[in-house]
Amino acid sequence: MGAHHDDKHDAPDGHGRALRLGIGGPVGSGKTALVAALCRSLGPSMRLGVVTNDIYTTEDADFLRRAGVLDPDRILAVQTGCCPHTAIRDDIAANLDAVETLEERFGPLDLVIVESGGDNLTATFSRGLADSQIFVLDVSGGDKVPRKGGPGVTTADLLVVNKTDLAPMVGADLTVMSRDAGAVRDGRPVLFTSIREDGGAHGVAEWVSGVVDSWHHHGHLHDGEVVP
Amino acid sequence: MHAALLLLADSRLPAGGHAHSGGAEEAVRAGTVTGPDDLARFLRGRLATAGLVAAALAAAACELGSAAVDTSERVDGDAGTGEGDPAMLPWRRLDAEADARTASPAQREAARTQGRLLVRTARRIWPSPALESLARAVPDGAHHPVALGATAAAAGCDPGQAALAAAYWSVTGPATAAVRLLGLDPVAVHRLLADLAPSLGATARAARTALHTWTADPGAPWTTNPDVPWTADPDDRRASSPDIGRATDPDLIGVEFMSDACWAALPATTAPALDLLAESHLRAETRLFVS
Ligand SMILES: Nc1nc2c(ncn2[C@@H]2O[C@H](COP(=O)(O)OP(=O)(O)OP(=O)(O)O)[C@@H](O)[C@H]2O)c(=O)[nH]1
Ligand SMILES: [Mg+2]
Repeated sequence: MGAHHDDKHDAPDGHGRALRLGIGGPVGSGKTALVAALCRSLGPSMRLGVVTNDIYTTEDADFLRRAGVLDPDRILAVQTGCCPHTAIRDDIAANLDAVETLEERFGPLDLVIVESGGDNLTATFSRGLADSQIFVLDVSGGDKVPRKGGPGVTTADLLVVNKTDLAPMVGADLTVMSRDAGAVRDGRPVLFTSIREDGGAHGVAEWVSGVVDSWHHHGHLHDGEVVP
Repeated sequence: MHAALLLLADSRLPAGGHAHSGGAEEAVRAGTVTGPDDLARFLRGRLATAGLVAAALAAAACELGSAAVDTSERVDGDAGTGEGDPAMLPWRRLDAEADARTASPAQREAARTQGRLLVRTARRIWPSPALESLARAVPDGAHHPVALGATAAAAGCDPGQAALAAAYWSVTGPATAAVRLLGLDPVAVHRLLADLAPSLGATARAARTALHTWTADPGAPWTTNPDVPWTADPDDRRASSPDIGRATDPDLIGVEFMSDACWAALPATTAPALDLLAESHLRAETRLFVS
C-alpha cells in the first residue's frame, strides 16, 4: 500500500491524514446532535468531514446538511444493510471508502467524524476505521446503563452521557452514573452534556481538539500510542 | 480446488457485500418475494441471468489477471505503471463489456461500488500486479464480477473457480438479505441454496465454455505476442482475425485490435426485471440496503 494514490482503492499512509473519530451509541442518544455541535464548535478552526451510517434513510445526513453546520458536500452517508455494527467493526470497507473520498475531494482535512448507526451496547469501531472513539449514552435509558458496561461503555476513549437536562424527569442519578462509569472505565474520561442547552458541546469539543492536536503535532494519541 | 476460493466466497470477506441485496429488498417491497417459495424462484432466475453473466465476466477477468501475474513475473515484478500501459486496455474493455450488459444505471453504480470495495480489500489481502493494474485501469471501480475475477487470479484461483465464486455471490447475498428483511427461517433458506448447488456448478461450467470460445478467438487479448500480451501490432491482429471490430469509445482507443467477436462470446443474458427493481429501489423513500 501507499505507493500509488492515483486511484480510489488505497488507503493513504498514517502520516498527514485526518484523524478519524468514531461516534457510536444506542439509538437516539444524541450522536447526530453531538456531530452537529462539534461542527459548530470546531468548524471555524478545523477542516472537517463527516460520514453518517444511517439505518433506513439518509435522515442523519439530511439533518446535518439542513442544520447548515458544514458544507453539505462534506457530509457523506453510508448504508449498512440491516447491520450497523458490521459496517463499523467487521466490514469497514464502505466507511473507509467514504472517509477517503472526503479526504481526496476536500483534503487535507484535520478531522473526519464517522457517526455509526444507533446500535446496542456491544458496538464499537474497528481500529482499522477509527483512531479514536466516543460512545454516547443518554440519561433517559436509566442510571443503570453505565453499570451494565459493554465494550462501548468500557473501552471508548471518551464516554459522553447526554441529555442531563432530562435527568430529573426520568429520575436518573448522575452521581451514580459517574461513579459506575468510572468503575468500569479504568480512568478513561467521562463527560456529562446537555446538547439541548449547550449547542456547542464545549467540553467534548475541547477533548476532541486535544486529540486532534496530539494526532497532528505530537504524532501520538492518548497513553503514548504511536501514530503509524 | 484452491483453498483461497473459500475465502473469496465467504460472506465475511470484509469488502462491503453485506450492504447489498441484489434486488431482493425491492422485490420484497414490491411483493414479488414474500416467502421461501418465491425466493427460490427469484434466486433461480437471478442465477440463470445475472449469475451467468457475472460468472463469465469473472472467469474472463481471472484469465486476464492470471496473464498479468505471469507477465509481471517475466518482466521483473513491474506490471507497468504509466497511463498508457497496454496492460490496462483489456481491463477497460472487459469492464465496458460488463457495462454493456448492465442496462440500469443504478445496477451499474452498485456493481462498481462493490467492485471498488472488493479491490480495496483484496489489494491488501492478496497484493498482486493483476489488482494493481485493474485499480489503475478503472480507478472509480470496476464492475464487481471483474473485480472478483481479478481477485481470484491474485489469490491463485483458476477461471472456473472464479466463475463458481461469482455464481455463488449472485444468489447468497440476496438470500441473506431476504432472511433479514422477511424474518425467514435461515435453515429453510440454506436448504434452498443447497438445492441450487448443482445449478451453481452448471452455471460455472457454462461460463467456462463461453470463455473457451473467447480465448480460442484469434482476436483474444493475449494471443498475438505471448511474451508481451496486448502490445501486439494491430496489423498482425487484423491478418489473423477475420472479424475485427473498432472501438469508438475514446477510452478504448488502442483496443481496436481486439476482435469484437471474441467479446461477443461472453454471455449477455441480463434480466430486465432486475434492472427495473434496481431503478425503483434507488427511488424508494426508505431502504436498508444500498442495492
Ligand atoms: N432533551 C434533550 N434532547 C436531546 C439532547 N440531545 C439530543 N436530543 C434530542 O434527542 C433526539 C435524538 O437525537 P439524535 O442526535 O438524532 O440521536 P442519535 O443518537 O443520532 O440517533 P440515531 O442516529 O437515530 O441513533 C433528537 O430529538 C434530539 O433533539 C439533549 O441534550 N437533551
Ligand atoms: Mg444519528
